[in-house]
Amino acid sequence: MATYLIKGASILGAEPTDLLIRDGVIAETGRGLAAEGAVVVDAAGLVALPGLVDLHTHLREPGREDAETVESGSRAAALGGYTAVCAMANTSPVADTAGVVEQVWRLGREAGLVDVQPIGAVTVGLAGEQLAELGAMATSAANVRIFSDDGHCVADPRLMRRALEYVKAFDGVIAQHAEEPRLTEGAQMHEGEVSTRLGMTGWPAVAEEAIIARDVLLAEHVGSRLHICHLSTAGSVELLRHAKARGVRVTAEVTPHHLLLTDQLVGGTPELGSPAVAEGWSPDGPYDPVFKVNPPLRTATDIQALRQALADGVIDIVATDHAPHAVEDKECEWAYARPGMLGLETALSIVLDVLGPQWDLIAERMSRAPARIAGLDEHGHDPAPGRVANITLVDPAAQRMIEPDDLASRSRNTPYARMTLPGRVVATFLRGEPTVLDGKAVK
Amino acid sequence: MAYPQAARPPVPESTPAEPALQPSVKVILTSADVQRVIDRIAHQILEKTQGAADTVLLGLPTRGVPLARRLAERMSAFEGIDVPVGVLDITLYRDDLRRNATRAIGPTELPSGGIDGRRVVLVDDVLFSGRTIRAALDALNDVGRPSSVQLAVLVDRGHRQLPIRADYVGKNIPTSLSESVRVTLAGLDDADEVKLFTGGRQ
Amino acid sequence: MIRHLLSGADLDPATATLILDTAAEMATVAGREVKKLPALRGRTVVNLFYEDSTRTRISFEAAAKRLSADVINFTVKGSSVSKGESLKDTALTLQAMGADAVVIRHPAAGAPHRLANWVDGSVINAGDGTHEHPTQALLDAYTMRARLGRIDGLHVAIVGDVLHSRVARSNMLLLTTLGAKVTLVGPPTLIPIQADRALAPGIEVSYDLDAVLPESDVVMMLRVQRERMAASYFPSAREYTRRYGMDGPRMARLPEHAIVMHPGPINRGMEIMPAVADSPRSTIVEQVTNGVSVRMAVLYLLLGGK
Repeated sequence: MATYLIKGASILGAEPTDLLIRDGVIAETGRGLAAEGAVVVDAAGLVALPGLVDLHTHLREPGREDAETVESGSRAAALGGYTAVCAMANTSPVADTAGVVEQVWRLGREAGLVDVQPIGAVTVGLAGEQLAELGAMATSAANVRIFSDDGHCVADPRLMRRALEYVKAFDGVIAQHAEEPRLTEGAQMHEGEVSTRLGMTGWPAVAEEAIIARDVLLAEHVGSRLHICHLSTAGSVELLRHAKARGVRVTAEVTPHHLLLTDQLVGGTPELGSPAVAEGWSPDGPYDPVFKVNPPLRTATDIQALRQALADGVIDIVATDHAPHAVEDKECEWAYARPGMLGLETALSIVLDVLGPQWDLIAERMSRAPARIAGLDEHGHDPAPGRVANITLVDPAAQRMIEPDDLASRSRNTPYARMTLPGRVVATFLRGEPTVLDGKAVK
Repeated sequence: MAYPQAARPPVPESTPAEPALQPSVKVILTSADVQRVIDRIAHQILEKTQGAADTVLLGLPTRGVPLARRLAERMSAFEGIDVPVGVLDITLYRDDLRRNATRAIGPTELPSGGIDGRRVVLVDDVLFSGRTIRAALDALNDVGRPSSVQLAVLVDRGHRQLPIRADYVGKNIPTSLSESVRVTLAGLDDADEVKLFTGGRQ
Repeated sequence: MIRHLLSGADLDPATATLILDTAAEMATVAGREVKKLPALRGRTVVNLFYEDSTRTRISFEAAAKRLSADVINFTVKGSSVSKGESLKDTALTLQAMGADAVVIRHPAAGAPHRLANWVDGSVINAGDGTHEHPTQALLDAYTMRARLGRIDGLHVAIVGDVLHSRVARSNMLLLTTLGAKVTLVGPPTLIPIQADRALAPGIEVSYDLDAVLPESDVVMMLRVQRERMAASYFPSAREYTRRYGMDGPRMARLPEHAIVMHPGPINRGMEIMPAVADSPRSTIVEQVTNGVSVRMAVLYLLLGGK
């Protein structure tokens, strides 16, 4: 294993310093370091962060390798500054057995670009009826700790209760996709002014909030941990705040797209949470399925509440919900398009735009907290001597225009096409080995 | 019919730098002239049609319409007969529809009794390339079957592009292509007048 | 002139009035010996219908043919993408065939907007899911103007399943643009959320049909499907009809001059009683006739020029 000398990096915004990486760990930090035979990485002007951790990614393999594979998704993750991602279970076949989660885990190791931590399904086939063999998945080589039927809600309250209780045995956590299915039948977008104008069935905020309200009470009652996926409404934020104040062990994530994009985009109006980003940009006409996602894009008021909650910690982490889709699943009529957006390669830039260069806060939301929730001990530690060298180097001053064809993902469904966003990941180190150098994947 | 070419202006020895020429305007027919011309056409129609029996006047918008009405009024004044007047909008029959932005179409009002079996006299203010009249003939064809069609114009300015000729002409005005003829009629515009604009744009 | 007609919102007052005035002229063609105008000779109009709708398709076909255009009918059975060609591929085929205009009816909202990205010609929305049906709104406005002499200042009540009605949405936009006052009437479950704000300013909502009738110049009844009962939009057909159906006694409470409209097809006995549908106040049949003239006007104005 080679030795790397990162020169002049600013760890979390501090004064520039050098980092010496040897045998997979950070051997030394300080000014003016030198090492024989070390590969020098010039990090002048760059900020060093603990390697980012994504709690919510869809790698599509097995089953939809045309949209993404574990390898291509890993590459996209590394380019986004990630050193670990948790891969959701809604593959084909579903990751509801030790066999499938071990397969995904092995594919991640073979690709070697990011640590892939498989998530196991809560119910068999994601059907919401029968618990999957959670214990078998936990003790498998994949060491599953997070279980989720994401894509679907665990709607049966009794089943949700059982799942919350059952995983206590191995310190697991249920990650709920909060959507009361009978309130969202046929829903296409957020239920509000825009859906009325565009004549599409709406997905009301209450469908998310009703499940969150129920599940935080259940978690409290049985004394379990609970994680809420992709929080999207102001009402959900209030429920979470209330639950945390009561001492419920609940954590929540928000996606980059829910921090920036509004439902007005579906109507073709360029309304974003950050007016500066909207300058000179506009959607490619109304009803563009690139903006179709579950839960749907909401209003500017929701965005403000989510941003505030992310800043003050009511929302614990940013998770991408990276959801690749083949061209034919997006270049069609809205009603027939599959919901979901790419996110790995643009997440850090969006968070940098939303929070500004508050590096400690960014590190907490995108690395430390997700690593804690997922139980990934080697990740989520600020770069310091003795730590495993999972490091992200970012150029905060760069501006880049997002071009779908330049992305490493196999798919092209990014909603940020032609937007100019701040920040660029220059290098990513996974256990001391670079996965990205000079902004390009090493393999 | 051949018209004498307008005399070409002499080429100056040297061409001094000059600001863009303002178009010059010449009054060809004054208000009194226009009234007389309309009277004469009315008499001519009465003469040629031996009293305008079974005859209708169809004005082509815009100025053919008030012109037709005034002709009918003069014919009534002269011989006490009521010649029906109508409007024929030819927009949809133009041969240059595709070359310009969509044109709004105007109303077509046929006199009561229609035009089948009757003599139609088309009335327009200026006869130029003849394409408007060609369109009017096609429009007429779809609207009915007159026994005959004649054409009355206030001004014939030459430069026919189709084999079309007028039966009744108020005034022949030889023009060059860079000139334009403007007819104004009292009621619609300020006063009766026919002006010739030279230079400037067509 | 606009290139596409996708929504009632595409029409400003001047353009909408121009279409209505042009339609009036087009209507005279029906009374002529030769019911044809040469204005669209050499143009190709494609009817791309992903939903069965003989009436609307024939209306557009008649309109195009009266203007001497060539018409190609493309009816797609089974609208799921997995069953047949994608909309994009169909669009590219039409483009290659030289379609000057595509009239599209589709079960998915926004399909005409997506299509407009992929063809050079004009796209006319003949009904996209529950979103809009702009030519229906135009022929409804034309009918109102023909019967009542104006649109500005009229009180129009739109009654029934507004939530799922593309006719209602287009009418709300167009009528407001032309100065009418619109009131939506129906059970709360069938009135879309924020309807009074989302589409146009000044729209009102009422759950009480009887209160609205005496002040209405126009009552537009919308089709209500019995299947909506299964999703609990209303408890029974009987209760719906009792509360929101247009019957003889209700018709008698309308002002003398008021008219009753319906885009068709009607559910006799559900939202409208036979006595009303067949009365002189009803404009149901003339709406169909007016549809051809209005569609001729739309085709001419979109395709007649450069």
